[in-house]
Amino acid sequence: MLHTVNKSSFERNSLKSCLNIIDDTSVILLIEDGVISAAKNTNAPMIADLAAQGRVYALQGDVEARGISSKLADNIKLVDYAGFVDLVVEHGTAVSWV
Amino acid sequence: MKISIQINEGPYQHQASDTAYQFAKAAIEKGHEIFRVFFYHDGVNNASRFTLPPQDDRNIVNQWAELGIKNADGEPELVVCIAAALRRGMLDESEASKNGIDGNNIHPAFRISGLGQLIEAGIQSDRLVVFGD
Repeated sequence: MLHTVNKSSFERNSLKSCLNIIDDTSVILLIEDGVISAAKNTNAPMIADLAAQGRVYALQGDVEARGISSKLADNIKLVDYAGFVDLVVEHGTAVSWV
Repeated sequence: MKISIQINEGPYQHQASDTAYQFAKAAIEKGHEIFRVFFYHDGVNNASRFTLPPQDDRNIVNQWAELGIKNADGEPELVVCIAAALRRGMLDESEASKNGIDGNNIHPAFRISGLGQLIEAGIQSDRLVVFGD
């Protein structure tokens, strides 16, 4: 499964809720304000283990729009909208955490 | 692959419709089919043909219209939920005349229909992606 998270973990608990139920084969894509959780020195430790397994993606345009390109935590994979489409195709059911 | 999209938020206030549009555009460019886009809740406001943003801003309604998402019969597959639309004052010609109201505001690239269209999109498509807030 593909889980998209579009809220900062400072604003809502959606990333935490997602992490509580995610299985071993699913991946997370951070979009919109969700990319804030991918910035260093924020809540990135929440996703560090998953990121080390190469299972955390962030939408590049949203990362750049929020000025965190140079502050990205380790192992976060950046994708563009075409990459977003590929993730939807590859990972089956898409779950949107809002 | 057949992909459908659900949008739950209106234009300009939330990013949902922008993200969904960029996603749909990328999917079409990659050769996928957007089977249907279903506008639900405040998402129905994406279908107003009276939307007039400043000249240096994107026109989200026209952007959707220009994607030209239609079915084999040439009907638009940008579908607006009827219950969500009517309670927000979003009417097509038929609903306006049925309810004795002297105007309508649904863009011709969109059509009003029921929630069954969302269920059908979920069944007929390989993927359903939800954009909300």
